[in-house]
Amino acid sequence: MSAPLLEVRNLRVEFPTRRGTLVALDDISFSIAPGEILGVVGESGAGKSLTGSAIIGLLDPPGRVAAGQILFQGRRIDNLPYEQMRAVRGRHIGAIFQDPLTSLNPLYTIGRQLTETIQTHLNVSNDEARKRAIRLLQETGIPAAAARIDQFPHQFSGGMRQRVVIALALAAEPQLIVADEPTTALDVSIQAQIISLLKRLCKQHGAAVMLVTHDMGVIAETCDRVAVMYAGRIAEIGPVHDVIHSPAHPYTVGLMGSIPAMDEERERLLQIDGAMPRLTNIPPGCAFNPRCPRVFDRCRIERPDLLAAGNTRAACWLHAVDMKVAA
Amino acid sequence: MSALVQVRDLSKVFNVSAPWLNRVIERRPRQFVHAVDGVSFSIESGKTLALVGESGCGKSTVARLLVGLHEPTRGTVSYDGTDATAALRSPSGRELRRRMQMIFQDPYASLNPRWKVLDIVAEPLREHALSTTEKELQERVGELLSSVGLAPADMEKFPHQFSGGQRQRISIARALATQPEFLVCDEPTSALDVSVQAQVLNIMKALQRERGLTYLFISHNLAVVRHVSDQVGVMYLGRLVELSDKAQLFARPRHPYTRMLLDAIPDIHMSGRSRTPVQGEVPNPLNPPSGCSFHPRCPHANERCKAERPALLSINGVFVACHAVEEGRI
Repeated sequence: MSAPLLEVRNLRVEFPTRRGTLVALDDISFSIAPGEILGVVGESGAGKSLTGSAIIGLLDPPGRVAAGQILFQGRRIDNLPYEQMRAVRGRHIGAIFQDPLTSLNPLYTIGRQLTETIQTHLNVSNDEARKRAIRLLQETGIPAAAARIDQFPHQFSGGMRQRVVIALALAAEPQLIVADEPTTALDVSIQAQIISLLKRLCKQHGAAVMLVTHDMGVIAETCDRVAVMYAGRIAEIGPVHDVIHSPAHPYTVGLMGSIPAMDEERERLLQIDGAMPRLTNIPPGCAFNPRCPRVFDRCRIERPDLLAAGNTRAACWLHAVDMKVAA
Repeated sequence: MSALVQVRDLSKVFNVSAPWLNRVIERRPRQFVHAVDGVSFSIESGKTLALVGESGCGKSTVARLLVGLHEPTRGTVSYDGTDATAALRSPSGRELRRRMQMIFQDPYASLNPRWKVLDIVAEPLREHALSTTEKELQERVGELLSSVGLAPADMEKFPHQFSGGQRQRISIARALATQPEFLVCDEPTSALDVSVQAQVLNIMKALQRERGLTYLFISHNLAVVRHVSDQVGVMYLGRLVELSDKAQLFARPRHPYTRMLLDAIPDIHMSGRSRTPVQGEVPNPLNPPSGCSFHPRCPHANERCKAERPALLSINGVFVACHAVEEGRI
């Protein structure tokens, strides 16, 4: 395997509050290879967006990286001073957010926002920047790009705005794009367009993607590998096909079973009782133990690390080596 | 079985004109949105009809028209044989309101944050004077909460102490308080996470079985619709384009828009499959296309589709509004 583009090692993000420190992300480790698409999936509050924010260095205060390292092309980026991180962001790591309306400045034309981004990161003339901007808009499938470049964000529809945001993210040819729920605010028919566009463009530009979403369907058709998050930790990580068809962690099993499927008829959906714990009272041992149908004593005491389980790795004691010997 | 709810030619036009002074100075015409345009369907007692469509297709407006939150511009809703549109406006509408209730999309907005759960769930009971004493009221609320999988002791808490899924259960308990026969559910699970969505959908199905409830289920998620419904209506720009049995619709979608929607769903069991992305977007409802409003995005459109608006016709037991299907072109 080639050297990873991005490597996250034992990342821990904390929010100091008046009532004590909340650990929002704990011991997160994963890597993304050049050109790879990694999906990060989980329910609200699992910490998937936070992982993305930590990587692009945009944690909202008082949140901070308390431990661990984030390495980009072998260089640590989690402790860079603000100005240096600004140079990395956009140039090497692009970002796409959920709501295209709030990620565009309503007072500037699309063209101005694009050329500004291009000229911040690349040393090109005004003319060249504008040409590049038009080419980017054409690539993202905006009709009559040369005319629409001088329009304002409000003159674009939701799907078109998200195309502009993708163009912005790709403007400086970054090697990694962090896409945080890029299609959640869009209708299904537009969603399909945007996902295939993102997939195609990142392949053409050779950019790797970290795709954060709660939609398992989007993950299934887009990603190479997927990380399933639960209560601030990675519950399972592995190739998409294996995680979907032979999930190893009981949480992933429950998550897959709770999605109504298009190709089978079921009277009842599999349900995981209860809800994800709040950050203020994450249970000891495995965070999933109060909801787990296969819980045993060890789960309540000791916290599992990611263990090899078939083709994937799961943080579950069922896959401990001595368990398998016993079974 | 006879139809419990019958909707005939239901239409709602919203006046979205600029203020009078702006119209005069800027010489702008009045503007109207035909949010719902000639929709007809019926729901049999104990069954579920699902309405699907993308944002702005008018599905939520239909829901609101049915329970009387909007007044229809044209058309009628009849409930159990009586004209509901007229009855809901008259003093006798009280009884009708007891029999139909609504569950809203956002459980954070639909529960009063300053009321205890007891007061929230008891409000319909008090309004309709269904419980006489305070003790009886509390017992009833306790029962309702247990029927949706919450503890009776939860009635002393406030909405902020509950998660999204639990709040949606409180809204269901409130809707069930008057022992209605008909529930209008406007995207009841789209604000919830999948595992919580599964819990809520399971509760809704169990309640339907136990109490013989009839549902109108509004959703944009076809997989959810497939799970809960008996019949499915597909809406596009205020009109019903296809209405058929669930099995039929998913096995053999007829209208090109329905096919497009089915193609657009990401499916977890098809990793690596790329969807056929549909061209174009939903047109501006202020200025809908002539003829069939889907024709600019339709691969089968011809001159007739551009000029003439197709009616919802019964073709092989399925209601479809499409010239191409009618002529046997597709």
